[in-house]
Amino acid sequence: MTIRELPDIAKEIIDSAKAGEEIEVALSRGRSTTVNAYRGEVESLKSGSSQGVGVRIIIDGCEGFASAGSLDPEIVLEVVNEARQNLTFAEKDPHQAIATPDGVKPPGLDLFDRSVLEVSEKEKIAIAIDLERRCLDRDKRITGVRASTWADGWAEFALASTAGIAIHEEGGSCSVGVQPLAEESGETQIGYYGDVARRLENLDLQKVVAEAVDGATSLLGATKPASQRVTVIFEPSVAAAFLGVVAGSLTGDRVAKGRSPFAERMGETIAVADLTLFDDPTDERSLGAENYDGEGLATRRNDLIVSGSLNTFLHNSYTARRLGVISTGSAVRGVRSRPGVGMHAMQILPGDRTREELIRNVRNGIFVRGVNGLHSGVNPVSGDFSVGAYGHRIVDGSLGEPFREATIASTVQRMLLDIVEVGGDFEFLPGGTGMSSLVIAEIALSGS
Amino acid sequence: MSEDLAPGPLLDPSLVETTLRVALSKGGEWAELFAEDRQSASSSFDEGRVDSMSSSRDRGVGIRVTVGEITGFAHTSDLSSQGLKEAAEVAASAATSSSRTTAVALNGDGLASTRVKMLPNLVSKESKVALLRRANEAARSAGSAISQVTVGYSEGRRRILVANTAGIFRADDQVRTLFSVNCVATGDQGLQTGRETVGYTVGYELFEENDVEALAERAANRAITKLRARPAPSGELPVVIKNGGGGVLFHEACGHGLEADLVKKGASVFRDRIGQQVASSLVTLIDDGTMGVEWGALSIDDEGAFTQSNTLIENGVLTDYMWDHLRSKDAGRVPSGNGRRQSYQHLPMVRMTNTFVTNGETEPADIIADTTRGVYVAQLGGGQVNTATGDFVFGMTEAYLIENGEITEPLREGNLIGNGPEVLKNIDVIANDFAMGSPGTCGKDGQGVPVGDGQPTLRVSALTVGGTAA
Repeated sequence: MTIRELPDIAKEIIDSAKAGEEIEVALSRGRSTTVNAYRGEVESLKSGSSQGVGVRIIIDGCEGFASAGSLDPEIVLEVVNEARQNLTFAEKDPHQAIATPDGVKPPGLDLFDRSVLEVSEKEKIAIAIDLERRCLDRDKRITGVRASTWADGWAEFALASTAGIAIHEEGGSCSVGVQPLAEESGETQIGYYGDVARRLENLDLQKVVAEAVDGATSLLGATKPASQRVTVIFEPSVAAAFLGVVAGSLTGDRVAKGRSPFAERMGETIAVADLTLFDDPTDERSLGAENYDGEGLATRRNDLIVSGSLNTFLHNSYTARRLGVISTGSAVRGVRSRPGVGMHAMQILPGDRTREELIRNVRNGIFVRGVNGLHSGVNPVSGDFSVGAYGHRIVDGSLGEPFREATIASTVQRMLLDIVEVGGDFEFLPGGTGMSSLVIAEIALSGS
Repeated sequence: MSEDLAPGPLLDPSLVETTLRVALSKGGEWAELFAEDRQSASSSFDEGRVDSMSSSRDRGVGIRVTVGEITGFAHTSDLSSQGLKEAAEVAASAATSSSRTTAVALNGDGLASTRVKMLPNLVSKESKVALLRRANEAARSAGSAISQVTVGYSEGRRRILVANTAGIFRADDQVRTLFSVNCVATGDQGLQTGRETVGYTVGYELFEENDVEALAERAANRAITKLRARPAPSGELPVVIKNGGGGVLFHEACGHGLEADLVKKGASVFRDRIGQQVASSLVTLIDDGTMGVEWGALSIDDEGAFTQSNTLIENGVLTDYMWDHLRSKDAGRVPSGNGRRQSYQHLPMVRMTNTFVTNGETEPADIIADTTRGVYVAQLGGGQVNTATGDFVFGMTEAYLIENGEITEPLREGNLIGNGPEVLKNIDVIANDFAMGSPGTCGKDGQGVPVGDGQPTLRVSALTVGGTAA
């Protein structure tokens, strides 16, 4: 099969637009490999190629969409026809349209490091096996490793439209992840940690091993805490999960459709003055950095909450038109889906004090290492927040015994106002979020 | 998409044989070819109008080769003989011992006919839009507090072909149809939501037996009821779960822990527990991939094994785990029909199908009457489990307080948290009103597959309720 360049395929589809049609085409092509190690040997070696096409066609505010996992010319043609047919069943939405270029210059980030493609299979296998070995060596209570994984991928992406958008980007990354099992007195705990980077040298294997092993061993002997109201410290990954829920409520689609508790609060104080939350895909340090958003507009920094005050919602071109504002370059999409709205690279403005100082300040509380049930116990429409939590007790300013099988609950709205302090322990998490620990008061801890 | 599927298997048998031979050419002991052609379509109705219609198409092949404990896997969407040969070579390269030629003889015709009455893609889109509109109107007329309604329809047809060097050459044609209604109600205290979903492994005949208007009213009433909900209690309480409302409890509390891949790696609290009492003697737990039209039903799993009914816990005693090809081979037994994968791009692993607890003998009303203070959960949302410890959480999307043997106030949403082995022992009464629950998608290691669950009304004597009220 002859390999055709993505922009050429896109152009052909755009050129086929009929009178009155707006067309947007997204195309991708990629390949990936995954290596799993188990007990010092390769357990599985996986590799594959993937392709994708997604076509939106709009006529007079009626949109149709179709996609496929193949760039086979016959299937691409089928997708275009299917999108064209689908739009005839949509009802007119006057705000529905393809994004038009807005003149904002992209940040011009060089995000692709070709060296990630040059890691040999041998090297990948060695890293996966080594990770497992290092977990076992780090602590004698580590009795096994459920999975020790290397993965890498490369993909190119093209987006073009009848409105004049035409981009073609290329990216690659590598990642590792490990799940050690710790055992003591008949009890088993599992840990997990991973890292993602644009080049091999930037993977912090030492940290991955340390965090994964500590995650498993530190919970050995954990008990169920007593139900009470406490001050909690969320470690950065947990703080990121919480603020991710907040950010989701600040997106244009939720706001426009009356599904956000903050819809009517623009300009008001919704959080403590210490909290400044923003999305900055132009910050190269973040793995979420991008030159363009999902509609091909330049990314930009957006300050959502500034010193506690609600400053802006995030928009793609559709939600912006609906609410009479301009797109904030916050369209997110995969080739196979229509553009949504969301964060690319969330960040928080860090505070001053170290994690130890934060802990020292809490007389009776908990340090939360992880939460679960975010998808089941948090309702982003009502703001009800209830998640499973595990971590350590804090007694008179120092970390105490581990706890598990507990929930923490409040509402998202209250928690933003109950933030006591933002930590100075800022870090970029593997997903690209720049986050610190958060101290939050008045949380209902449910246990025994 | 277009409905002129050629008769015959997804891939030509001789091409399959050639590909499998290439897969074994570098020393592999066993090879498998999994082909998939998936077509799906969905539409949604939002803010009083048809918001979008989408269609999608995926087809490709995944090739797996094993030698000893090593698995090589490659996938491609290029179904030409050259594309398949290249993928087979990549998969084979994980297993490099000595080069050899192996004969591959396939048994079977690799054909499957669909069991559904009405293929959804043959039904007009107008008819589907009419359903969306009817549900929207029914939800909106349920009460003036209803401020937002989103109705979704989706259909999917997944045709698979599995062939391996042991001679399996089998196909399945899986059609699923789903309809959902999401409502937002606005009150003085803010917003509340209500959701209802119906879905089966059937075609468009779904709508002969299910009334979308009644479904919409239930979703709307759920949101309206919650407007006057008070904060859920915090701490340990007896929890009564309505029939069909909480099979996910068992899916999370023990289902995942009974998957042989997790057991083998020591990542399950249920390892080495076969033959032991792991639950209250009232509990019999079954995983059954053959269950008629249920959401997790399959004829064959994604490794070509026929699905079956597997009793996992019988009267509280652990009787068996669930198995896929690799894990059953390792244990020297036959697979149980639980080898599943999200798509041709994924390696199969042990997964549940339809997981349920069988009937007890008590009248459901007696269970509530017998509960002095507790929580009645009419609908659970999703859940999550740490299989190593057995700790799990799941969300309550419709719950009430039980006071003095009666269901009283509605409660706001929250998570329940428990420990699988403990909860199984704390089930102190099971009713005689078995029902299957809503269709679900189970996620494991990044792969999602359709699953069903079910249970009669039952009570857990103590479960931690993650509310905010004292």
